[in-house]
Amino acid sequence: MTMRAPLVFVLACFGALAALPLLTGSYGVDLVTKIMVYAIFALSLELLVGAAGLVCFGQAAFFGIGAYAAVLLSPASEAAGLWWLLPVSIVAAALYALAVGALSLRTKGVYFIMVTLAFAQMAYYVVHDTPLGGGTDGIYLYVKPALGSLIDLDGALTLYFFTLASLAATFVFLAVLLRSRFGRALAGIRVNEQRMRATGFSTYPYKLAAFTLSGGIAGLAGFLFALKDGFVNPELMSWHLSGAVLIMIILGGIGHLRGALIGAFAFALLQEFFKSEAIFGAFAKHWHLGLGLAIIACVALLPRGLVGLPAQWRERLVGRSRSAAPQEALNEA
Amino acid sequence: MKLKTLALAAALVAASTAHAQGLPKLKVGLMLPATGTYAALGTAIENGFRLYVNEQGGKLGGREIEFVKVDDESDPAKATDNVNKLIKRDNVDVLVGTVHSGVAMAMAKVAKDTGTLLLVPNAGADAVTGPMCAQNIFRSSFSNWQPGYAMGEVMAKKGHKNVVTITWKYAAGDESVRGFKEAFEKAGGKVVKELSLPFPNVEFQALLTEIAASKPDAVYTFFAGGGAVKFVKDYAAAGLKKSIPLYGAGFLTDGTLEAQGADADGLLTTLHYADALGNPKDNAFRLAYAKAFKLQPDVYAVQGYDAAQMLGIGLAAVKGDVSKKAELAAAIEKAKIDSPRGAFSVSKSHNPVQDIYLRQVSGKENKLVNVASKALADPGRGCKL
Amino acid sequence: MDLATFLIQCLNSLQYGLLLFLVASGLTLIFGIMGVINLAHGSFYMIGAYMAFALAPAVAATFGGGFFAVLVVGTVLAVLLGYLLEWAFFSFLYEREHLQQVLMTYGLILVFEELRSLAVGDDVHGVQPPDILAGTLPLGDVMTYPVYRLFVSGVCLLLALGMWFVFTRTRLGMMIRAGSTNREMVQSLGIDIKFLYRVVFAAGVAIAVLAGMVAAPVSSVYPGMGNTVLIICFVVVVIGGIGSIRGALLAALLIGVVDTFGKVFVPQAAGVLVYVLMALILLWKPDGLFKAA
Repeated sequence: MTMRAPLVFVLACFGALAALPLLTGSYGVDLVTKIMVYAIFALSLELLVGAAGLVCFGQAAFFGIGAYAAVLLSPASEAAGLWWLLPVSIVAAALYALAVGALSLRTKGVYFIMVTLAFAQMAYYVVHDTPLGGGTDGIYLYVKPALGSLIDLDGALTLYFFTLASLAATFVFLAVLLRSRFGRALAGIRVNEQRMRATGFSTYPYKLAAFTLSGGIAGLAGFLFALKDGFVNPELMSWHLSGAVLIMIILGGIGHLRGALIGAFAFALLQEFFKSEAIFGAFAKHWHLGLGLAIIACVALLPRGLVGLPAQWRERLVGRSRSAAPQEALNEA
Repeated sequence: MKLKTLALAAALVAASTAHAQGLPKLKVGLMLPATGTYAALGTAIENGFRLYVNEQGGKLGGREIEFVKVDDESDPAKATDNVNKLIKRDNVDVLVGTVHSGVAMAMAKVAKDTGTLLLVPNAGADAVTGPMCAQNIFRSSFSNWQPGYAMGEVMAKKGHKNVVTITWKYAAGDESVRGFKEAFEKAGGKVVKELSLPFPNVEFQALLTEIAASKPDAVYTFFAGGGAVKFVKDYAAAGLKKSIPLYGAGFLTDGTLEAQGADADGLLTTLHYADALGNPKDNAFRLAYAKAFKLQPDVYAVQGYDAAQMLGIGLAAVKGDVSKKAELAAAIEKAKIDSPRGAFSVSKSHNPVQDIYLRQVSGKENKLVNVASKALADPGRGCKL
Repeated sequence: MDLATFLIQCLNSLQYGLLLFLVASGLTLIFGIMGVINLAHGSFYMIGAYMAFALAPAVAATFGGGFFAVLVVGTVLAVLLGYLLEWAFFSFLYEREHLQQVLMTYGLILVFEELRSLAVGDDVHGVQPPDILAGTLPLGDVMTYPVYRLFVSGVCLLLALGMWFVFTRTRLGMMIRAGSTNREMVQSLGIDIKFLYRVVFAAGVAIAVLAGMVAAPVSSVYPGMGNTVLIICFVVVVIGGIGSIRGALLAALLIGVVDTFGKVFVPQAAGVLVYVLMALILLWKPDGLFKAA
């Protein structure tokens, strides 16, 4: 029972996502592309928070750098080559993450949270206040990149499947990574860093590596987001977005990769639900109320996040028993 | 196979009943701010638009108008999502919006990509009728450049030599100041300092101190909505009104005089509209607006009204068929719109070519002084139309 | 920059810094003493500002009072609100992890925003200062300084002194300080820790609400104001050291100076400067300037 159910669940999710364009119109494809981008973004944060125990409140900066790199480096009237634009955007975000990590990882706890926020705000203000990023109104991506004639990301469906492939690749990559020696080291650091260091383990390089990797993945998400909208603005780096992605993984359940997926979908779909005028009529204007109450209810009733829901039901029906195996040591999918 | 025949039969039945009822309703998507510093402007624009539609019996081009509304919160970050919702989920035929330039830019991008007709009833971002211009994008308001340029000429003629500008740091503010600077420096003046603060911040105190320290001949400003109210009041409270004359693009005093009170008295501004213009169309418009909404109209209401007029002209030419995009656009391009502000036509980049008036605040009105700039056309730099 | 302008800019920094301190002090109290991260703290500030706007006609009608009456009524209401909120909601957060507190208080922000929207709408409002404070003082040959801003600084200073007095010179302050270092010990000494926490929370809320009411004529009343002040408050608390009132005061004044002079000398970098300051201080002193008082 240890690996099967979650694996089946994840495979089912990806299968559903692959089949989705057949069932919904262009709005649905657009919406789900956006949610998948957020899922990649959430996965990047899950690597930090769930695996390494580093709560970063500045993830949006890396997301934004990926997005802005995609737009700023694209020529104005022809498609950029995807083969170099994608890696460059990811590397740009990763480089900033390396710099931020190198400086922030000296602090701990809530101070670490705030320092990461500080660096994210710095990036935000650079694009917000200087002409570099086009200011508060943002800049356009006039032509989307392409891989020769093979993949032209101008089409919504092509972009959808490209995003889905990126999500799947990220998920598999992280799942493999977390089961490797590197992943175990991170888990050890999360559980008790002092103990790790007492055994002679140098924790700083591992934490820095995780931070940089996480930044790169967030940059990938940002890159895809810029392609989807064809438009970037400084709000992509705001702390509101950093907060939202944190909310997503807490909602989904920390400590599980699929929690990031579930959280991203739950958060986005909850928003759509409460905004829908078909259900709430004129009250849909006040959708923040429903969303806020839903979030509070989720945390109050689901302390382990949505991912813990089946376990909670099981416990309620069967009773708390041997299935309470220590989850800490292994960060499962 | 059976499914196909069934579907075909259903389609035939639907088509015949539709034909029997006349043309289906035209869905107009209104993306305007209902919250935030520009909420009042959004309401005025919607009122103006609806007024015109009601005057035409609820129909434009023979089609009944159905409205779908979205609150854009003047937030560029949510703009693309909101537009996509209107176009792809609600399937609107025509898009109308918005106030904030950054949001309008996102709307223009999506409209250009999907070919949906977009009427901009306020946002003056130069890019919308510049590099982002398109056959299906029209503006019924102004470009940020226009009132600024006109005021540059006015202030130079008044003999001011050194001026400080102050505004919000976003497209509307930057472009307004740029237009002002172009005209003012062309006439020999000098902008000694350009002050700005982030939108929609209203903590002006430190910058007002800076203005006092610089001792310029005059100050040019762009603010609108709630920010305009606060700025005029703070400017007077800092004692600057007596010693350094304040000028601005007309948004500083449009729709805000009630809240600004005596602090706004005597202010000179430039805009494509003024209270009590005196032409018959304006008199009729103001009467009808006051009757319908129990409020005095402002420039935003006029822009909303004219956006509906432009839509009506286009729809009439194609007999309600929005898919005839080229003919619709051509009709609006050729038209002379009978606006309460005075008749105006549309430039090649689809921006109004209009008179810019110089107004002065007197009592609770922006009284017309003279025409600052006749038939001023935005240069439409970067537009490939 | 001449002397007169410099002095005025100093006054501006002082006023902004003191107002920040007022809001941040509530946050650092709640965070430092009860260990609860409350993202909704900015919402109390927003509630205060909207109260200043909304209560004015009601107070005028009932007891013919003006601005000061509104301040008193508002503060009383805020204490009640804080008390109820702690009892009904926050007391359940003490045992939860920080991340869950983050999530729940984030949900609370959304709820407060919408309740405010339902109660008083979403418009931007100006609030008039009372007539006796509406004048200006001449400073230098061109500029005048609004009296009301001096009033704001005065109120903040008074409250700061009041807080210092309560914390260091009263039994209640002693109990609060003890409760922040060792909750169980205080309980075993027979002090009702639950009541103590409720009092601290209510005080924190009341201070934030009062700050909002007092700031309303200066900064306008608009829907997003809670979020804007929240993030700066967290910066203040972190720079000053969590739980330290002294630290919050120093940090707030520092930020006031950096922000005001930054806007003047380097407008393009003004927004970043505060965060650069925070990063530098944290890299020098990873736990903030002061330890908890």
